[in-house]
Amino acid sequence: MSVESLFPRLEALLPKVQKPIQYVGGELNSTVKDWDEATVRWALMYPDAYEVGLPNQGVQILYEILNELPETLAERTYAVWPDLEALMRSEGVPQFTVDAHRPVRAFDVLGVSFSTELGYTNLLTALDLAGIPLDAVDRTDDDPIVLAGGHAAFNPEPIADFLDAAVLGDGEQIAIAISEVIREWKGEGAPGGRDELLMRLASTGGVYVPKFYDVEYHPDGRIKRVVPNRSGVPSRVFKHTVMDLDEWPYPKKPLVPLAETVHERFSVEIFRGCTRGCRFCQAGMITRPVRERSITTIGDMVEAGLKESGFSEVGLLSLSSADHSEIGEVAKGLADRYEGTQTGLSLPSTRVDAFNIDLANEFSRNGRRSGLTFAPEGGSERMRKVINKMVTEEDLIRTVTTAYSQGWRQVKLYFMCGLPTEEDIDVLGIADLAKKVIKAGREATGSRDVRCTVSIGGFVPKPHTPFQWASQCDHETVDRRLRELRDALRGDKEYGRAIGYRYHDGKPSIVEGLLSRGDRRVGSVIRAVWEDGGRFDGWSEHFSYDRWMAAAERGFSGEPVDVDWYTTREREEHEVLPWDHLDAGLDREWLWQDWQDAVNDVEVEDCRWTPCYDCGVCPTMGTEIQIGPTGRKLLPLTVV
Amino acid sequence: MVQRLRVRYAKRGRLRFTSHRDISRAVERAVRRSGIPVAYSAGFSPHPKISYAGAAPTGVASEAEYLEIGLSSACDLERVRADLDASLPPGLDVLEVVEARSGSLADRLEASVWRLRLPGADVAAAEQAVKEFEAADRVEVERLTKKGMRRFDAREAVRSVAVVNEQERTAGQEPGPPCVILRMVVRHETPAVRPDDVLMGLRLVAGFAPPSPPEVTRLAQGPLDATTGEPGDPFDVERADGDL
Repeated sequence: MSVESLFPRLEALLPKVQKPIQYVGGELNSTVKDWDEATVRWALMYPDAYEVGLPNQGVQILYEILNELPETLAERTYAVWPDLEALMRSEGVPQFTVDAHRPVRAFDVLGVSFSTELGYTNLLTALDLAGIPLDAVDRTDDDPIVLAGGHAAFNPEPIADFLDAAVLGDGEQIAIAISEVIREWKGEGAPGGRDELLMRLASTGGVYVPKFYDVEYHPDGRIKRVVPNRSGVPSRVFKHTVMDLDEWPYPKKPLVPLAETVHERFSVEIFRGCTRGCRFCQAGMITRPVRERSITTIGDMVEAGLKESGFSEVGLLSLSSADHSEIGEVAKGLADRYEGTQTGLSLPSTRVDAFNIDLANEFSRNGRRSGLTFAPEGGSERMRKVINKMVTEEDLIRTVTTAYSQGWRQVKLYFMCGLPTEEDIDVLGIADLAKKVIKAGREATGSRDVRCTVSIGGFVPKPHTPFQWASQCDHETVDRRLRELRDALRGDKEYGRAIGYRYHDGKPSIVEGLLSRGDRRVGSVIRAVWEDGGRFDGWSEHFSYDRWMAAAERGFSGEPVDVDWYTTREREEHEVLPWDHLDAGLDREWLWQDWQDAVNDVEVEDCRWTPCYDCGVCPTMGTEIQIGPTGRKLLPLTVV
Repeated sequence: MVQRLRVRYAKRGRLRFTSHRDISRAVERAVRRSGIPVAYSAGFSPHPKISYAGAAPTGVASEAEYLEIGLSSACDLERVRADLDASLPPGLDVLEVVEARSGSLADRLEASVWRLRLPGADVAAAEQAVKEFEAADRVEVERLTKKGMRRFDAREAVRSVAVVNEQERTAGQEPGPPCVILRMVVRHETPAVRPDDVLMGLRLVAGFAPPSPPEVTRLAQGPLDATTGEPGDPFDVERADGDL
């Protein structure tokens, strides 16, 4: 049965909305496959505005891999802005894909990639606009399987009611495997309806189906246990890890949007995983072990990607890009190759201690020396030991001094506020550090024309990290410390004017904390916020703390829990956490030990360069560290 | 810069929703993809030498948009046209490339021909409104601009406006719902009078209000011929000595 394009109906609405181009599709390298020739049809959603969602690597990779499969098609859908949402509701136009403008409800799978929990309300808007029942238990065989992935899916419990399934970890292989299960099931005539399909997926142990698990609670609100409620469902669900990134060189054909987006560049992931062991960093914990892409594959991907896209900037992505074993050779090889072609290179996520000036010089050879960003994260030496960000003040001063003396005029420093065990003096230490940075810069350059910007985010304890047991700092304390820091910076006559200060208030972090470490009872709060008009919670102009608190009041009524219970309450060692049945490979005892080490200022080394300290991931998941050096070089290309 | 080219391109179908900024990004990328040897400006932050003349508003389709591009080495015109066209998304279509002669291209673009399709509008009411609009000396309209609400005359810039009789039906199909097609020639003036300003004018003079937003296409733009009252081809200068 073919599906009609919604475009003619949508088109009539577009003259009335802001930035209509984001809804029309037709991007370079986008794909529209024949509906009837496909058996398995995926709608892939990034639950934020197009300008944020389009550049997302995860969605682009899966889109390309799924469309390469025979009998499978994948299209994309994004959150629509409230102006179009209102028109779609009044004109009865359902949630659509931007590729062929097909109704999302007609697909077999709606795969949603959650980089952050703040996209949850946008999921509800999309489901509602699509005509898909919000509650998974109300869906019929005519509804798609609603499947979550991305980092937030490592604790999908707050949205468990709205999901049919979730997958943890790298998506490449599991997306193909799920397609195969659906293809077979449909080939057999879809026996047993969606429940049998979900059962087939759940029984593999690699797909989490929340409704096949019951959560039991203690009278005081803590979780007693989470258990499968039918036979054949495994008690734990494991994460997926792609080994050998050279075999998965995606995206090959990057999507090139017409609309302006947040990242206007071709991005190549140069490695996955990070074992630096920063205790606040969920990404570093759940993506272990480190798997490098080889220098030759990186070179090939950059060449093909630029040719396919016409982008003038290349971003070399990872969690800590300067840690690639051959980053120097990669940087030099690419700078040589693209010399004189107006192609810029960028290296987001650079550690202070991995930075070196040769590298920075290569990256700025074809561009400008506008700014460098480093993330010491903690303002005091003690704080950095607690979070295991092993960067000394000396390291930092040496690095920025070199940068200033090599011609950079602006350095950005990123910190967090509200870290476990933090005291006022730790945050005020940021001011001292910033002043020392400017002082060293002035001495090194003999000029007063050096600047530094201090940027601060609120810390949110995350699942599957040593801080999963920690008390989140209340927003009043965070705000007070940030104000005192501001006064300390601004009040300084000698250095104050050379230091910029950027911070946000602490309230959004509390909501993020509620959603990060929440359990299934938080679902009713999310629903209440959405019903009250909550949308685009990652955007400060749309986010409303008061709306969330009012919804929590309603959602938690009759329960022995409240927002503080989920956020500022410290957990006991043996309390069952909502995500304990979801296996990222990390040994729980090791996590607890690392939490104790944090409190005692004990640091842990990186297992890439020191012996294994038994975090548990490699033996549990059957994975291994994959790093170079390969000793190869990038060959120069002949210029056409 | 060795060679300066002038390009006519169309924005069609759903690509009419591109803004001027969207188009300029798309063209820069297409130039890079196609390997056309575009010249860059000198200085700290070099930019490709591509400039645009009078872009049609977001949401308006066009058969006659113009840009200029500077090359660092001379190229075959037809090859540039084909390569650039192939590198742009379908809907941004490169129609013609000529080598620039003296004189500013923007100065030659004195007037545009616009076609407005008004689904569901009444033909008789449209004809009556056009008659009253043409009879008026001034028709003051208002439009929200970046600087707030502006009031200006929409009549003087309109060289001609007419309801045209177009057969939209194709053989074997049921006749569609009623539909009015307006064709107008409007001079480029400051403040710019846009097709929707004229439509607002028709509403003010005669209460003519189509039930849904107009579908607007720029059919042509060029130097205004005083005798015919129609814009000519802005590339006539480049074509003066025959084939270039």
